[in-house]
Amino acid sequence: MVAGVWERVEDGFDTVGMNLAESILARASGRDQVAAGEFVMAEIDLALLHDIFAAQVFDLLGEVGVNGVSDPDRTVVVIDHLVPAPSTAAAAIHQRIREHVSRLDITAFYDAGQGICHQLLPEQGHIRPGDLIVGTDSHTTTYGAFGAGGTGIGTSDMVYALATGNLWFRVPETIRFEMTGELTTGVSWKDVILHLTGRFGADGAQYRAIEFTGSAVTDTDMSSRLTVANMALEMGAKFGLFAADEVTDAYLRDHGGSGCDPFKPDVDATYEAVHEVPLSELQPQISLPHEVDRVSPVGEVEGITINQAFIGSCTNGRIEDLLVAAEILDGHHVAPGVRLLVAPASRTVLGEALDTGVVASLVEAGASILAPGCGPCFGGHGGLLAPGERCIGTHNRNFIGRMGSAEAEIFLASPATVAASALTGKITDPRELS
Amino acid sequence: MASDVLRGRTWRLGHDVSTDVLSPGAYAVDPVEIRKLHVLESIIPEFASEVEVGDIIVAGRNFGCGSSRETAAENLKALGVACVVAESLSRLFMRNAIAVGLPALICTGAHIAFDDGDDILVDLAAGRVINTTNGVEIPADPLPEEMRRILASGGILAVLRNQVEA
Repeated sequence: MVAGVWERVEDGFDTVGMNLAESILARASGRDQVAAGEFVMAEIDLALLHDIFAAQVFDLLGEVGVNGVSDPDRTVVVIDHLVPAPSTAAAAIHQRIREHVSRLDITAFYDAGQGICHQLLPEQGHIRPGDLIVGTDSHTTTYGAFGAGGTGIGTSDMVYALATGNLWFRVPETIRFEMTGELTTGVSWKDVILHLTGRFGADGAQYRAIEFTGSAVTDTDMSSRLTVANMALEMGAKFGLFAADEVTDAYLRDHGGSGCDPFKPDVDATYEAVHEVPLSELQPQISLPHEVDRVSPVGEVEGITINQAFIGSCTNGRIEDLLVAAEILDGHHVAPGVRLLVAPASRTVLGEALDTGVVASLVEAGASILAPGCGPCFGGHGGLLAPGERCIGTHNRNFIGRMGSAEAEIFLASPATVAASALTGKITDPRELS
Repeated sequence: MASDVLRGRTWRLGHDVSTDVLSPGAYAVDPVEIRKLHVLESIIPEFASEVEVGDIIVAGRNFGCGSSRETAAENLKALGVACVVAESLSRLFMRNAIAVGLPALICTGAHIAFDDGDDILVDLAAGRVINTTNGVEIPADPLPEEMRRILASGGILAVLRNQVEA
């Protein structure tokens, strides 16, 4: 059966359509139909582990008495968080991961320096529309950009999933955002998802799936969809889903795949709520310390001085993001006292940034280019903040103490806003520079 | 064998208690014996030393928000916390709590119905929370049977061990 296509009983009374989340979980659990609230045992199409949890999960697997993973070809391991190893302890963890990966015959292994898991999996062709994907990382929702059901799980659940190939799920209710109108110059899809997080709150989609639909979504590029699906988690979402369409098909073909059929919700699918989101009036948005859902238009907080600007992460570290930043910074220099850190999301992105002159523009503007990986986003190493310092970044979380001192402040914004702010040394609406 | 009815003393917490507070990143790779000593230390420094086996947390909205780290739930269990009752629970915390065998129940209205130290009775299967100090009873979402079965086994790894040995 083609993913998402369910043979209806055309009895004239009883046609029940499924939304994307229901279609994904129905297929994965071998059922014709599931509905929100049901529990299913579902087959996992892909399991992702990164260096923070991989060694622990593989150790636990052995302790439980399981000597292999149920399907090594459906298991992907990425070393991306502590890259390059900032301590002997981290290096030792990486060493253990390499030993486990070799012992378990896992071939999809991306060692340190190749990039962030949520960039590599799409880029290297691991993601297919309709798939059910679990990862030991909260931002596994990113794969919803392809219409894949990606979601984060903990280490014990991952042990179960690797051992058996299956995991239990509750079929979530779905909230649909109907996006209409067009974004104006200087406003990006990062601003859209920050706006939604502010409007609906950090638990606005708790336990729920989100479907992003509407005329504005049709023309959105894959990079923007990845940004939005990534941050759906910051509203508490289990999945952040886009239908698979021509854009998805083209991306898959460009990245070594054979493309995909459309994967859309049934026309009579049901939703817990549908919210219209007009985009044409939207201003650049910024998330203020220390909650992601404390969101304001950039224009209302302009002038706050910053010490560090960060462009990167699984949210906004792609070539499209770096190009926007380079366009603003080209021929200029960041303000005195501002440290600009740029971490391309993958080695491929870094290569594209070299080929297009983006790296040269950024370095001449005063940027430090970091190794492809998570960089300073989660505060593990490199680019930590001192008490009283402020950082504006393109990443996805600004919790207290996340990037070093608990007395530092983190602001989240689009690549354009971060680049503009680096240039002036204070929070700046990027539209004012053009 | 875990029981569906729990009774204990409450610790009342606020909204948006994050995984960074429940399992501070600085101790992320330390063993649970160390990790549990730092639970909630940034908001209730005395929590780890004063919490007793069987105590129950009553929290506000979005409890356990943030990362996928299971240690947030594991640390509470290691300290003897018997259950978490919250206005709403982060999906990942809920999932991880079930996985490590820590009951967690969503109960709208619980947060304003309790003071710190009140006596609480929680019926997971019936979906019932009672403040036995003042007699106020609040309906809750019953914990689905699928989750209670995992809890009764002692967590998802215990379920797996049983499957491996079977």
